[in-house]
Amino acid sequence: MAIENRHIGRPVPRKEGREKVTGSARYVDDFTFPGMIHGVTVRSPMPRGRIREIRFAKNIPWHEFTIVSAKDIPGKNCVALLIEDQPCLADKFVNHREEPVILLAHPDKYLLEEARRAVQIDVEPSPAVFSIEDSLSKKQIIWGEDNIFKTYEVEKGEVDRAWAAADFIVEGEYATGAQEQLYIEPQGMIAQANPKNGVTVWGSLQCPYYVHKALARLFDLPKEKVRVVQTETGGGFGGKEEYPSMIAGHAALLAWKSGKAVKLIYDRAEDMAATTKRHPSRTRHRTGVTREGMLVAMEIDFTLDGGAYETLSPVVLSRGTIHAAGPYSCPNVRIRSRVVATNAPPHGAFRGFGAPQSVFALERHLDKVAATAGLSPDEFRRKNFIRAGETLAVGQVVQEKVQMEKLLDRALELSGYHQKRARFEKENPRSPIKRGIGFASFLHGAGFTGSGEEYLASEALVAATREGKVQVLAGSTEMGQGTNTVFAQIAADTLGLDLDQIEILRPDTSLVPNSGPTVASRTTMIVGKLVENAASAVKNSLVESGFLKSSFTPSDFGEACARYIDKFGPLQSLAKYQHPSHLHWDDNKYQGDAYGAYGWAVYVAEVAVDPRTAEVRVEDFVAVQEAGKVINPVLAAGQIEGGVAQGVGFALYENIVWQEGRMANGQMTNYIMPTSMDVPPIRVYFEEIPYERGPAGAKGIGELPLDGTAPAIANAIAHATGTDIREIPMTPEKLMDLLEGAHE
Amino acid sequence: MNESPRKVRVQCEINGKAYTLEAYPMTRLLDALREHAGLTGTKEGCGEGECGACSIEMDGALVNSCLIPLAQVEGAQIRTIEGVANAAQLSFVQQAFLANGGAQCGICTPGMILAAVNLLSRNPEPSESEIREGLAGNLCRCTGYTKIFASVVDACRLARQ
Repeated sequence: MAIENRHIGRPVPRKEGREKVTGSARYVDDFTFPGMIHGVTVRSPMPRGRIREIRFAKNIPWHEFTIVSAKDIPGKNCVALLIEDQPCLADKFVNHREEPVILLAHPDKYLLEEARRAVQIDVEPSPAVFSIEDSLSKKQIIWGEDNIFKTYEVEKGEVDRAWAAADFIVEGEYATGAQEQLYIEPQGMIAQANPKNGVTVWGSLQCPYYVHKALARLFDLPKEKVRVVQTETGGGFGGKEEYPSMIAGHAALLAWKSGKAVKLIYDRAEDMAATTKRHPSRTRHRTGVTREGMLVAMEIDFTLDGGAYETLSPVVLSRGTIHAAGPYSCPNVRIRSRVVATNAPPHGAFRGFGAPQSVFALERHLDKVAATAGLSPDEFRRKNFIRAGETLAVGQVVQEKVQMEKLLDRALELSGYHQKRARFEKENPRSPIKRGIGFASFLHGAGFTGSGEEYLASEALVAATREGKVQVLAGSTEMGQGTNTVFAQIAADTLGLDLDQIEILRPDTSLVPNSGPTVASRTTMIVGKLVENAASAVKNSLVESGFLKSSFTPSDFGEACARYIDKFGPLQSLAKYQHPSHLHWDDNKYQGDAYGAYGWAVYVAEVAVDPRTAEVRVEDFVAVQEAGKVINPVLAAGQIEGGVAQGVGFALYENIVWQEGRMANGQMTNYIMPTSMDVPPIRVYFEEIPYERGPAGAKGIGELPLDGTAPAIANAIAHATGTDIREIPMTPEKLMDLLEGAHE
Repeated sequence: MNESPRKVRVQCEINGKAYTLEAYPMTRLLDALREHAGLTGTKEGCGEGECGACSIEMDGALVNSCLIPLAQVEGAQIRTIEGVANAAQLSFVQQAFLANGGAQCGICTPGMILAAVNLLSRNPEPSESEIREGLAGNLCRCTGYTKIFASVVDACRLARQ
């Protein structure tokens, strides 16, 4: 069907932009309900142990408070997600610091804070585990039988026999740290709950139906007695994927017991200390390469620290595993991976979802492999890039018209890579400031992995009113990334309408169908396609009924809607996800078509290092990617720019200091994210190869920029200083050690 | 609600309107604005003066309202995000943020817009480095700041026309 793109491909302003620039957009903390009281969480002071006693100090009028513990939970005491190992409130035993134990509610926020401090949770300590190494040693078993949440093995070709064909074998070990999502709006929920009406929550969240599932289990309520409404959400980045289920449960338990609406908002310190972070990782590479620079074997060992409960760790590990061998064609690949338990607060979803960790290791390592083979980083990658028809590590034959070489050429040209590389190498020996330039090439799968989209079976609804207004109903959330605007553009162009005729309904599980979680770079590509299909079906209904001619004005459309509705009733269409029949995935062998489509990219970073302070500044950044048709160039570039800035933080600044499973620097004063003074000029370019199964040809881009930014920066630092950068964040302290080591 | 003897009455002007705010003297101006004056456009991001989400203008200076105790506000002239637009007409800075993608999730936006408005009131034609410095107290996690810089440049252009 031919669609005239009047809005797609254009920088139409953000749908809810006016509310955001005037301050009238309403976030969860902006709501006040009649009779509403406030809630707080009392947390474990110890990383692991048996709860001996909970003491309430005498100076507080406790009779005025609502107090909730595990025994007040009507259903199962768990945060239902993949499995049900994580309690909503710890009962008898704690497995990490800041684990929720007791909930309090009171009308007075100030008294409530005093009360929180007056509850003492006395824990008899048990030995705890704080590192990947200690967890793997199994000296203490803290989860399951072996501390291991999940393992994967990917095999392609015959790795063990392939080493003989290698002229060089290069080994290396790499590590990445935890990273805080640091959405500027802290987490929060408001709940109303009672046995008669069930549970309703309003809050800052990415995945309304995840929260819905968790609440139904926690309260043992039928689905229709649970309602989840997303309020305007001030950033998520994965941090509001699974944790909101916990807070929603807490607010709802307090509301259930008190009979009042309860607002539970985290302050920054609590949010940093208690909620999920990016999984710390350790990756070992062993790579065989010929004298000509051809990859013959890759062996990758990838380990994540999952924290105290499983949460989403198996899925994070999965994505990290699948992306670990990158956009290269290597005949023999083995990837072994695992995610282990430690007594840290559970690590969780963060934009990139495991891939930034494994891609960092790969792209740093390949610069060293190239050097060993006597090739420049770009010559080496050029020889090994995957091409259409070739097979990725998981056995997926690439069907896309992938053009990694073209992306590389363009990125190197736009960044002046070759000239700068030569100039810096000439000037550095006599310059007080050492400059370097480096890049990373990478891919990122869009949508759920493997058969994930088939299981999700997402739905989206498009409905027209008698007045010719069109509503889009989906569970996909707007959290700044542009869902509302992109859906409106797709619906408007499919129907031939103006943008202001399209209304995107706020996700509310009592109204919208389940279009799956707003994660995994899937909203535009997967749900956007459902919106396109549903809008198309609405239009077809009008045309086939004879009420609408093929060419029409907005007022014709309204008239046709009214006539249709008068004659046939509601005018709407529910689109359901259909898994493409050519995509096959084997969950047992972990082989097959991992993703319907990938974003492909090459990022180039230029850095200046002051050897006296070991401070690194990123001076220029070029991000070239192919992610199908760009629906909105301003929003799409905004996604890349924001992701690159988060990647700059991941690479250089965002250092979580752990003290026995506790984040010791849980404030914005000492956990440093990039400011306006720290970000380089970020120059974003898109190649557009339309993807036939995406709406108007679009693929996903949300996570892509997190994968390549940090390794590009690390490669640039290595180029500038001649040091081997093997871990991030590369803080001045760590770089100083490397620089001093290089001089010894 | 019981009247507490410890509360103070503070008179000030917010967005051109006279207000009497009654609260404890150490109540944060941020809370007084949001809870007492009902102006929820000013946001809390960190509560310790780092993120700038609660930025407002007080007597013409850009301040973090989470660090100002109400007792200091007597007689002050305050401008919040609700006072930036002129009735239904968006200011140049707001128009530019809308057109250039300067707002994504929107939670830093009110503070960021106040910071930009304050910068342009002091320096109507800032250079790129002056823009970066002028916004350095306002953290944004979504945009990488690039489109915010473009928005400020565009607001200058709109103001010139």
